[in-house]
Amino acid sequence: MHLKLSRRRLLAGGAAATPALALLHEAIPHEGLHRALGGEQTTRAEAVEAGAHVSHHARRTPHAGFAPDRQVDHRANGFNPTDLLRDYDHGKTRRLASGRVLREWELVASETEIEVAPGIRYEAWTYNGRVPGPTLRCREGERLRVRFANGSEHPHTIHFHGIHPSWTDGVPGVGERRGGGLIESGESYVYEFEAAPFGLHLYHCHVTPLASHISRGLYGAFVIDPKRARPPADELVMVMNGFDTNFDLENEVYAVNTVGFHHLNDPVRVRKGELVRIYLVNALEFDPLNSFHVHANFFHYYPTGTSLEPSEFTDTVVLGQGQRGILELRFPYPGRFMFHAHVSEFAELGWMGFFEVA
Amino acid sequence: MEARATAKRVPPSNRVPVSLLVLVPLLLIGAAIATFVALGGPGLGERTGPPVEELAVERTVLRPDTIALTVRNEGADAIEIAQVAVNDGYAPFTATDGRVVGRLGSTTLEISYPWIEGEAYRISLLTSTGGTIEHEVPVAAETPAADVSFFGLMTLLGVYVGVIPVSLGMLWLPFARRVRDRWLRILIAFTIGLLAFLGIDAAVEGLEIADQGAAAFGGAELVLLGAVSSYLALAGIDSWLSRRRELAARESGAHALGPYLALMVAVGIGMHNLGEGLAIGSAYATGALALGAFLVVGFAIHNTTEGLAIVTPLAKRSPGLRRLIALGLVAGAPAIFGAWIGAAAFNPSVAALLLGAGVGAIAQVIWQLVPAMRDGDGRALHPGAVGGLLVGIAALYLTGLLVSV
Repeated sequence: MHLKLSRRRLLAGGAAATPALALLHEAIPHEGLHRALGGEQTTRAEAVEAGAHVSHHARRTPHAGFAPDRQVDHRANGFNPTDLLRDYDHGKTRRLASGRVLREWELVASETEIEVAPGIRYEAWTYNGRVPGPTLRCREGERLRVRFANGSEHPHTIHFHGIHPSWTDGVPGVGERRGGGLIESGESYVYEFEAAPFGLHLYHCHVTPLASHISRGLYGAFVIDPKRARPPADELVMVMNGFDTNFDLENEVYAVNTVGFHHLNDPVRVRKGELVRIYLVNALEFDPLNSFHVHANFFHYYPTGTSLEPSEFTDTVVLGQGQRGILELRFPYPGRFMFHAHVSEFAELGWMGFFEVA
Repeated sequence: MEARATAKRVPPSNRVPVSLLVLVPLLLIGAAIATFVALGGPGLGERTGPPVEELAVERTVLRPDTIALTVRNEGADAIEIAQVAVNDGYAPFTATDGRVVGRLGSTTLEISYPWIEGEAYRISLLTSTGGTIEHEVPVAAETPAADVSFFGLMTLLGVYVGVIPVSLGMLWLPFARRVRDRWLRILIAFTIGLLAFLGIDAAVEGLEIADQGAAAFGGAELVLLGAVSSYLALAGIDSWLSRRRELAARESGAHALGPYLALMVAVGIGMHNLGEGLAIGSAYATGALALGAFLVVGFAIHNTTEGLAIVTPLAKRSPGLRRLIALGLVAGAPAIFGAWIGAAAFNPSVAALLLGAGVGAIAQVIWQLVPAMRDGDGRALHPGAVGGLLVGIAALYLTGLLVSV
């Protein structure tokens, strides 16, 4: 009995058969039928007046969210998004004969099942068992070496955003002669390049189909600090991401640092008046745009973090795929302040949280 | 011959009772299954891919700030409903019978959502594997509470679209009694045409609805099973009654078949009206139907012709008023029950089975009516009959344009 809208309208349109209506009225007066026969003639105002749709605000939840009776098992996931906020991987450093600093990391790709929303498990592809991968942090001008071991069933690469030679770019078909390019399952490779330019970048797998390899979780933030350090601050990494759990090329869950609505229940704790610096990366696939909005506050925005002068003082920033930027702000008032994508759909599908200012 | 046969027979004392012989294969099957299970299904590997999750939404109930979906698992594996999103936004929910639904099991999800009347909603049920099952509410409207006044309204509707039109149509009886035999045969053909249309209509409707139900219960099969079962059941009753009918025929002449045929026609039409009631009731309950006067008038015209079908076999009799009223109720009242069931406890699989039963009943009635259509030479499809059949089909097709539920 799947009635289509058009059919409903057709039937309603027939209510214009007024003489017949009157006849029926006379024949069998009946309150309920009377109203029913009126059909579309009953205006919404009347319906509200009649109490047909009185909202039970008491039962309403304040905002979109998951069923309250269960939480994501962070232990099983192997990481807690709250910890990821301030988790920087500085790697191992040693000084080269030339006096330069050599910084080395090891990244391993593998398949890891993670819970991206309470009860929803997703077969992610990860760097070092977490999504997003580790936040690699270094300083401008350093020599960087990233040993990549592909422990996954599928071929992968690491493509770093930055300025470097082609053979170490992590793109299949380029650099194979030097052992680079596509890294097959079980193989490994060392990416080596200089940290340039300073700013906030990202790294991700560059194997086709791209959207599939990236959206599975093979991405992470890559911070190159300027030679003269930025002012001290409470520094937070927020990688905006999403998960297409049913593989229909649309995301079912949106988040910062993977777990939807995580910071609704576990707010980001910051101190009143202290400088807060957010490294914001958009790693979202399938949706061309993502955004960040903070309530009751404004921030200085440094696009890509490549300049020490902010470009804008705003409360909302829109980022395309792979775009990123640094936000600096101070919270003058204590209390809870929401932050979320100003794409309402993403917000209500998980990309929404609170700052707790104390 | 006989002697040899006797000689070959095993002496009765050695024979195993028949009842035990019946049990032997069953016991062996039981033993084989037990062994197979005990050994953990030897030779069978794991499944080759991830489980295919299938959930059918059998019922949608909208109350203020709540959308309740009754879902049934029609796949092979248990499904865990992890989260629910309404129009691209997660919404809190509880499951009355748990979030994990076993094969053919069902649960009701009470989703907390401030829906607005008249808007459309797409509800995504996300399973633990990340799969989604989509369900649409094309026009949100509060589901009427199944209280006395609601059942009263559904009763009144059933009376409007079922009992009254059919009874009015039966007032053609005096006309049917006055027409000559030749015209009566055409009227019978007209009746068969009407019934054929109703049968086809019910079959199509049944197949459509069966599609919405849980596939595990069978979709189209349900309609066919319903049709075959009701056809056979009515055929069985018919042959059981035939002896009584023969006696009656000997007593009162050739047209004693009339009341019986009229009853059969009424039953067939009743089954059809049950389906019509189901359609109206469930459409009203889901808010998909505005009960315009147009609808009621349309049904009245549509169903009035059904009354003529009932009284045609009675043309050569003078049935009592009580019998006529009873026939009218048999044909019309099921619309009331249909409206109740459709509005309060609609289940697509049950509805498909019922509509199928209607098809079978109508086929049986047509089978019963065909002899009365034959002319003096014994031809069934004489020109008059063909004309009657076509006019009958056309009459319902055209009046059916007035209503589409």
